[in-house]
Amino acid sequence: MESLRRQAKLSSTPTESTSHGAVSEHEVLKQPGFLALLWENRKARMGIIVLTFFILMALFGPLLAPYSLSDTNFALSHPPSAAHWLGTTQSGQDVLTQLIYGSRVSMFVGFIAGALVIFIALLVGFLAGYFGGLVDEVLSLAMNVMLVLPGLPLMILIAAYMPSHGIWEIIMVMSITGWAFGGRSLRAQMMTVVQQDYVVAAKFAGERPLRVIFREIMPNMLSYIIANFFGAVIGAVLAEAGLEFLGLGNPSITSWGTMIYWAQSSDAMLNGQWAWILAPGLCIALLAASLTMINFGIDAVANPRLQEE
Amino acid sequence: MKYFLRKVGFLFLTVWIAVTLNFILPRLMPGNPAQAMMAKYAQQGPVTPSQERALALMLGLPTGSLWSQYWQYLGNLLHGNFGISYSFYPEPVMTVIARALPWTLTLIGLVTIMQFIVGTLLGVYAAWNRGKKFDSTATVLFSFTSAFPYFWIALAFIYLFSYILHWFPLSGGFSGSLSPAWNGVFISSAVYHSVLPALTIFITGIGGSLLGMRNNMINTLGEDYILLGKAAGLPEYVIATRYAARNAMLPIVTNFAMSLGYVVGGSLLMETVFAYPGMGYLLATAVNNQDYPMLQALFLFITVSVLLANFVADILYGLLDPRVRKGGVR
Repeated sequence: MESLRRQAKLSSTPTESTSHGAVSEHEVLKQPGFLALLWENRKARMGIIVLTFFILMALFGPLLAPYSLSDTNFALSHPPSAAHWLGTTQSGQDVLTQLIYGSRVSMFVGFIAGALVIFIALLVGFLAGYFGGLVDEVLSLAMNVMLVLPGLPLMILIAAYMPSHGIWEIIMVMSITGWAFGGRSLRAQMMTVVQQDYVVAAKFAGERPLRVIFREIMPNMLSYIIANFFGAVIGAVLAEAGLEFLGLGNPSITSWGTMIYWAQSSDAMLNGQWAWILAPGLCIALLAASLTMINFGIDAVANPRLQEE
Repeated sequence: MKYFLRKVGFLFLTVWIAVTLNFILPRLMPGNPAQAMMAKYAQQGPVTPSQERALALMLGLPTGSLWSQYWQYLGNLLHGNFGISYSFYPEPVMTVIARALPWTLTLIGLVTIMQFIVGTLLGVYAAWNRGKKFDSTATVLFSFTSAFPYFWIALAFIYLFSYILHWFPLSGGFSGSLSPAWNGVFISSAVYHSVLPALTIFITGIGGSLLGMRNNMINTLGEDYILLGKAAGLPEYVIATRYAARNAMLPIVTNFAMSLGYVVGGSLLMETVFAYPGMGYLLATAVNNQDYPMLQALFLFITVSVLLANFVADILYGLLDPRVRKGGVR
């Protein structure tokens, strides 16, 4: 329901933005909006539904959670039961409550870090692709260096030296280390777009480079950028879980990653508390998979060659 | 020649950056690891200045200006002197690493090679039968599994195969009652312990090589020479293997060389889950015990091997595909 409404609202925006344009025949021929096309795609639709589910879960967490997050008065280390669907933890917390609240931290970190990563990638990739020459040489070198340095060990090294391990430290570590991949693909995309007629025309019309990049080119690459953004979020969600699992997060914050950390360090498996250890991982997997599915959809809609297959 | 020189230059630059990063990072952060160690000791009782000096000497803490520290650090690296491990005190870092490295190299190395061969072959098969049942199942399945945090798959496997079914041991690289030796009992124990980690790495890794090969192959299948081959009436398998797959292999060869570089780092999270006595587990232990000399050494080991593998991959690519050398592709 909610996803339909959200989707309908979003898909109306492209038409609005073109309606004040000079070309009106495009209006008539206008295909259903990008998001409507995306909704038609089976994989993307599945992804959107799952993603919406998690977003709602994070937004309405306090209303949905059966107990309070700070409630630690339950029987310790209980396997799943009617009162505690996913069991209780070593210190007597309800696992389902933790899972619901954990979605807030995990998704917040994932999306913020993804946004920062894509912001840096956009800036570096676009500038390198647009200007070429020396700018490109320097930025490409930086990208290539970041690309070959192994990501996880680098993240671990930086995080290990951080004086504290909060949410923002994790976000920062991931943004510093994660931008090169998106940067390279955005640069490649920019290099082909820059030669197209409308860009050349805009340049000849004397528009400033930043305006050409962000007002003329960026709207046309939006689907590509969104796909890259989702890719970055996937990377961030998985990296966050990995770092927290290794104990490099803040264990007193409840997120899916720290849940696995606690479950593993209190031998949840040996006590038969399978739900405690499997549920957060499954949520991470489903969230990442939903974004992958949406990306498949975006690919199929934006790239007609794939659509034929 | 210019291509190769550029690549050599890039290798030196990146190694230098990694080495320097390793030097600067600890010094950028407020406080230093040694002070953290001191603080730990101070909790157990007051530390007198002379004890503090002794501790600093014992841990091999650097002295002097930043510049002289840097040269001292570079000199130590060249001599393979990475200092004393905090968590395995008083063993030198290098001794501990030398003990962990063979475990990782054999397990992860073998699995990586197997996973590449099987994945590539299946990729060829999927691309050749594009849109058919195997292709569509494999594509969806492996894109889905690639979204899973792979250490979680390891946990699920342990739960299923070790805890419920009791087929395999819960953790470790060999039975606790044995000590490493070259005899049948120990080796069979090691192999038995490595089945589950190997299976996990194999399953999580195979998707990447399958999808990579499939997509490359589909691109080559659109080339004119494939059409010509078909028009000339060549047998299907000849076109599939000698014409399409051979050309689609190029990027795969370099991918393979690169992932061999990652072998040294081990499957970090995987080894941690299984408590497998390799490099990845060592890194996790170092993180948990704030064993900074170990952490730095491991980072350098892992990074330099990745950089070297990357260099080899670039060179291979240049040799195999002349277009790259001329700057046509990439």
